[in-house]
Amino acid sequence: MTKAATQRIAFALLRLSAAVIVASVFLLLGYLVWNGTPALSLSFLLESPREGMTAGGVFPAIVGTFYLTLLTLLFALPLGVGAAIYLSEYADPRRSKTLYMIRTATVVLAGIPSIVYGLLGLGLFVLFLRLGFSILSSALALSFLTLPVIISASEEALRTVPPSYREGAFALGATKWQVIRDAVLPFAAPGILTACILGLARAAGETAPILLTGAAYYLPELPNSIFDQFMALPFHIFTLSTQSVNPRLTRPIQFGSVLVLLLLVLSLNLVAIVIRSYYRQKYRWVT
Amino acid sequence: MWRGELRLRTERGSSPITHPRTRLGEKVLERAFWAAALASVAIVVLIFVFLFSNGLQAFRDIDIMRFLTGTIWQPVSEEPKYGLVPMLTGSLLVTGLSIVFSVPISILCATYLSQVASSTVREIAKPVIEMLAAIPSVVYGFVALVIIADMIQGAFHNPIRLNALNASIVLTLMVAPTIVSISEDAISSVPQEYKEAALALGASKWEMISKVVLPSSLSGIFVAVMLGVGRAIGETMAVLMAAGNAAVVTFDPLASVETMTAVIAIEMGEVTFNSTHFYSLFAVGGVLFLFTLAINLIAQFVVRRYKALGR
Repeated sequence: MTKAATQRIAFALLRLSAAVIVASVFLLLGYLVWNGTPALSLSFLLESPREGMTAGGVFPAIVGTFYLTLLTLLFALPLGVGAAIYLSEYADPRRSKTLYMIRTATVVLAGIPSIVYGLLGLGLFVLFLRLGFSILSSALALSFLTLPVIISASEEALRTVPPSYREGAFALGATKWQVIRDAVLPFAAPGILTACILGLARAAGETAPILLTGAAYYLPELPNSIFDQFMALPFHIFTLSTQSVNPRLTRPIQFGSVLVLLLLVLSLNLVAIVIRSYYRQKYRWVT
Repeated sequence: MWRGELRLRTERGSSPITHPRTRLGEKVLERAFWAAALASVAIVVLIFVFLFSNGLQAFRDIDIMRFLTGTIWQPVSEEPKYGLVPMLTGSLLVTGLSIVFSVPISILCATYLSQVASSTVREIAKPVIEMLAAIPSVVYGFVALVIIADMIQGAFHNPIRLNALNASIVLTLMVAPTIVSISEDAISSVPQEYKEAALALGASKWEMISKVVLPSSLSGIFVAVMLGVGRAIGETMAVLMAAGNAAVVTFDPLASVETMTAVIAIEMGEVTFNSTHFYSLFAVGGVLFLFTLAINLIAQFVVRRYKALGR
């Protein structure tokens, strides 16, 4: 076979592989949107489940997911951004032992399966600290899980601020914290915001950790405090499609719930991408 | 704009006491950031402590060798049996199949995106593929349950609707974005001079890719595959909903299997707290944790060596 023919065949194969993956994304999303749209309506979003979860909407699950992700962010954001500030601004690369430990730990955390965070949440928060099956326990477990996402994205944002900004501020006599507050953070803020949104999206979609720490199959009332159990969209989808009496009967509701979750998570990701590309354009001179 | 500058002037001008106080504030803040950074380390330690302090209690009632080599998992019966082997083989089968499916296609895709595709195609295809990573795992589980299971049943006329093949097909989709994006980075980081040297020697573009670019990005591709394995072995909801969950030792892709992740998620809801069964699930979690830890540390090791070599 000639060189040119081999190359043509090889490139066709490469192109085909990429096409298959891209096509499967569109097929997957198209299938879910196509089947989910008929179930979507304002009343589906604003009603509680009725008749043993065979009718009605997903309102309590949406509210539960909303509370849960906000509380998760409340814990994970200060911790994650603080860690990123330390890693990017304070850590001395020459004192590599601490840095090595922190970096390894962050990588290890990112690779730990979500169910293991569930076990930690159950053992530490639910039982050992006696927080019970609650939004609080779930949010704490989820904040551990989102921490590596927030740390690495925030650190990247801080590192894209050029060193000359810091040097300029130091030259004017600013202290370390003043430099960070006035010359670094304002420019890293969009990147940190992106990090938060990605963390939110991750927390909103997780099921396994909340399964072990406080998500409820069905609750007639919305949670009143952070010590209550709660309904959440991903867990709702799981129970509807595997544990209900007649999963085939409730298929339309299942597709509707899947679409709501998917829209929520993908739009959060989309917002993150838009913010990132907007500021990348704006600060092009920076990098 | 430089608020720092203004503030500093007023501070210099005011009483000398402010100076040490600012210093103290600076120290406190630095400590706070340092503590936040150490939180990751603390969480890893906490996971260790809680998995093993609970998990090891299981071995007061179960013989540890029995646990690791037993082939029957029957925690709720007259004579409870806690054999981990069915879950080990379940996890290995599902992970192995999904890696076999996703590695070739993902690496070819990454090669295409990095070396062949025009920048317009790349700018569109990359975010589309990354969307796969953003989809929650319960949605993948749902897709496996509702449609892929029917497709497999139609193709193989298999009586068992939910099986290992079903789980590994959704896992293939879930693992693909990880492998594609990391191996694309590795392939793109091959220095331009290598490629130019190959072309100057008369290689065709494909020869350059297959004989120079891919071999020199092998370690990066290896890391990508390892992280893919880590993601697959730790995946819970999708596998739980797709694989059928029968704790049997089998390597038949068309049989139902139960993974380590699934057994924890299913049985933790029904278990009496602080019973042997409860502790045994923590022990399963401990084994799972060690697996993912080893995979990540190997990947990390390769990344570091690769950086130390200057590439």
